[in-house]
Order: sequence, then C-alpha cells, then structure tokens
Amino acid sequence: MEKFQRGKGNGLTDLITSFWQTYNTLIYTIFVHGMLALSIYITLACGQLSLGNAAFMGIGAYTSALLTMKMNAPFGLSLIAGGMMPAAVALIIGIPTLRLSGVYLAMATLGFGEVVRVAFLNMSITGGSLGLNGVPLKTELWHLVLVIGIFIYFFIRLRDSRFGRILEAINEDEVVASVMGIKTTYFKVWAFTIGAFIAGVAGGLNAHFTFFISPREYGFEPAVDILTFAILGGTRTLWGPLAGSTVLTTLPELFRFLGPYRLAVNGLILLLVVLYLPNGIVSKETFKNIKKIFNGSGCLN
Amino acid sequence: MLKLENIAKDFGGLRVLNGVSFEISEGQIFGLIGPNGAGKTTVFNIISGLLKPSSGRIIFNKSDITNQPPHVVTEQGISRTFQNIRVFEDMSLLENILVGMHRLFSYSSVSMFFDLPKKKKEEKQLREKAMDILSIVHLTEKADLKAGGLSYGEQRKLELARALATEPKLLLIDEPAAGMNPAETEELMNEIKLINKNGYTICLIEHDMKVIMGICGYVAVMNFGEIIAEGSPEEIRKEKLVIEAYLGKDEKSA
Repeated sequence: MEKFQRGKGNGLTDLITSFWQTYNTLIYTIFVHGMLALSIYITLACGQLSLGNAAFMGIGAYTSALLTMKMNAPFGLSLIAGGMMPAAVALIIGIPTLRLSGVYLAMATLGFGEVVRVAFLNMSITGGSLGLNGVPLKTELWHLVLVIGIFIYFFIRLRDSRFGRILEAINEDEVVASVMGIKTTYFKVWAFTIGAFIAGVAGGLNAHFTFFISPREYGFEPAVDILTFAILGGTRTLWGPLAGSTVLTTLPELFRFLGPYRLAVNGLILLLVVLYLPNGIVSKETFKNIKKIFNGSGCLN
Repeated sequence: MLKLENIAKDFGGLRVLNGVSFEISEGQIFGLIGPNGAGKTTVFNIISGLLKPSSGRIIFNKSDITNQPPHVVTEQGISRTFQNIRVFEDMSLLENILVGMHRLFSYSSVSMFFDLPKKKKEEKQLREKAMDILSIVHLTEKADLKAGGLSYGEQRKLELARALATEPKLLLIDEPAAGMNPAETEELMNEIKLINKNGYTICLIEHDMKVIMGICGYVAVMNFGEIIAEGSPEEIRKEKLVIEAYLGKDEKSA
C-alpha cells in the first residue's frame, strides 16, 4: 500500500520504478558500451584496427576514480581528466605504432593493453589485484545521455568536414591519401587519440556507478568485446557501433533463462551477422532501404 | 622545372632503373614512353616519393626533393594519377575532389564542432570550386554519385581532376588513355591540352602513340630501365633504337 502511495496510486509509474530498479545497471552499461563502440569506430573509420581501447578505458577509470576518491575533485573535472590522461598516453604511443598497419597495429595495441593491465595489477596506487573499492556513486542517467549526446554530435559534425573526409580517404587508400598531400600518420594519431579520450571518459563514468573497479575489467576480453560491438553493428556509419553495442549488451539479459549458455547466443548471433550481413546490422544501404520503404517503392524490388 | 639526375633503383639484386636523367621544362607536355616493364611507373613512384631511389637526385624548382615523403612532394607542387585507377570508390565525385583540395581548408576544429559560419562559408566556397574542377573533365552532372559506379574512362578523368585539385605545378599522368574508346581518348587529349594551356606542366606516360604524337612536345623513351632516346615526337619516330625497342630487331640487320 505504501508502495502505491509513493507511485501516486498509478500502476504504470510503479511498473517503471520497479523496472528501473531492476535494470538501471543494464541501461547505464548500454550507454557506456555505446561510448566504447564509438571510441573504436573513429580508429576503424580511418582503417586502423586498434585493440587498445579497453586499456584506455582502464586508464580513464582509474584516473577519474582516484581523483574523486583521494583528491575529492568535482565529478566533471575528474571525468575530463579521465579522458585527457588516456589521450595523452595515446598520443605518445600512437606516434611510433601508427606507422604500423593492419594486424601489426592490432598486435602492438594488444601488447600495450597487457602492459597497462599488468601495471594496474602491480601499482600500489591502483590497489593492485584488489582494485579500487568504494568509488563514489556519482554517475546519473542524464550524465550518460549528455556525454554520449556530445560524442554523437561530434561524429555527425565530423562527417561532412575536412577531417572526416581525410579519415575516409585514409581508410579507402592510404597511399593515394598521402599522394593527395595528406600527412596520414598525423591524422591517424589524432583519430587514435580522440578514441582514447572517448574510451577514458566512458571508463570514468563506468567507475562511478559500479562502485568497484579492478584490472581484469580492462584486459584482453573487453578489448575484443569492444571490437565485436563495432563489427556486429557495422563500421560504415556511426549508428552501426551504437546498434552493435546495444544489442550485445541487452541480449544476455533477454536470454537469462538459458543460464550459462546465454553467452553462446551472443557468439551465434555474431556468427550469423558476419555470414549474412558482412557490413554489420547497420550499413549505408540500411538508410537507403528505410527511405525506400517509406517512399513505398522499395519493398518489391 | 623538374630534373632527374642519374636516378637508379634496385629491388633486391635487380636493377630496374639505371642512370635515368631527364629534364622537364615549364609549360611542356612531356611524354615518357617505352615497352611494358621499362620502368616508367617506377620513375613516377620515385618522383612522387612513394619509392626512394637507390642513388641519384631529383631537383624540383631548384629544391632537392629526393627522399621526401609523398605529402611533402605534393605540397611542393607535384601531383599524380595512377595506372591502375585508384579513386576513392565509396566517396562521391565531389568528395574525391574535396580530399584533393584539403589543404585549402582553414577552419578550425572549433568551427567544425559548432558548425560556425566560417566553416559553412568555406565549405560552400570550396564545394563550388570543386565543381569548377569537375567541369574541366566534364563530370559535373555526376558530382554526387559514388566514384565506384563510374565507367573506367570516367574514373580516369576523375583521378585527373582530383590530382588537379591539389593545385600542382607539375602533373604526372600515368597511362590516362588505357581502357578508353577512341572517342573518349579524343576528348581526353583535348582536356589534357586545355589543362596544359591553363598553366600546368604535364608529364605523361602513355602507350597510345596517337596520344603521344598528338599532344606531346617532347618525348623520352625508356627500355630496360634506361633512357634510350629523347627528342621531339618526329625525331623519336625515326630513331632506330626506339623502333627496335617496340618492334624488335630485324633478323637480317641483327
């Protein structure tokens, strides 16, 4: 009865409240994963396969968590620092490694990720293998909506700008891009650094609602997960990675009844998408097809 | 304008260029011809900075550009097209040109992020300029189509326009007429002449002798990595070594 009064006797509000109480962590996680998917999207957009984004997320998480815990820094400030720190690291390691390409860059960034994980494991300030316990709970839904909104806005602006076209040119043909007078390494390092910033902010936001962070959350497995978001969703538009991360984060909840097998469903879906939708679930054609359907001409041809 | 001094290039133990020297003067249409495998494209790759020569020097407008990376060579004013067409297939024609023009953009990332008037104005102006460049090769009507959907000949022309968009002084064109039908070739010759008249110096690799004889003022002939003859098209046509290189030696005279 008390419960009903709090919900002003409205069954719907009550339903929403109980839904929110059950699933708020999931919804928060969808936003964080969305940001991580965007962080790898910008490097993929210029044709670079970087697997360092989990490590960048970790650097951001520890930086901002330590700032709020030890220095009592305002949340906004610690989030920005949580983005700047991995961006600075990306700038330093990007200059030598982004001369590599393809699988070599993937290996180098994977190695970097391991170095970062082991560093978290052994430094005293990061709490070693125990991690950091008692990160203040500061992240609220509107923070996540605002931050991901800013990132999405940035990517939309990027699309029809000089920088966006340069990234696309590098993605299509790096040799030709260089002959067009483009300093390819310079722009690749920028893309890498922006990706690291986004991952770091995501890490900071994540740390401030999970209460606890530890090195294992930023190792090999999440690095591959982030890549999977983008591959499943499609890397040609910014909506692809967002769709991919949302699907892959929600599915294990929907298939909870399968118990330990539910992660196998993720694998199966990934397999099916790679086989039948090699461009991911959202490709450039997707929008054309939607438009066609609305114009009422596309369904039949 | 451009001077190659004794350029040599080895791939492992194989010497593909040997003592290549020639000079292109301003305003010329310079033809570089020779049988397949003579090393013509390697010369282009070395000039444009994609390959480093094993020895020798390249002087462009009095500055040494030997061993400079490709983007620096382009900034100095040399642009090129590719023998195997390399347009950005997934971008529109206009975007292809805009990539070539990227150095002309000056708006900051702040202007980009907030979509400030400076950015809008600059994008608009430079898009108009890109359309002008497309009009040189008669492709304005297809400006918003994907470059990958163009025909072979059209892609070659787009590549030419994209090279022009970098505002070069010297344009290196690698086999522009390959895969074109006679009518397209005719149109291309006129376009190249027009580009040349507008103040661009041109160096052309071509197999189609009609193109070479029709528009080049000076021709250098390569065979087995060496320059075997140079001169005006008429002189070259009579040169015995050139005829041998193309048609083989006469058994009796050999």
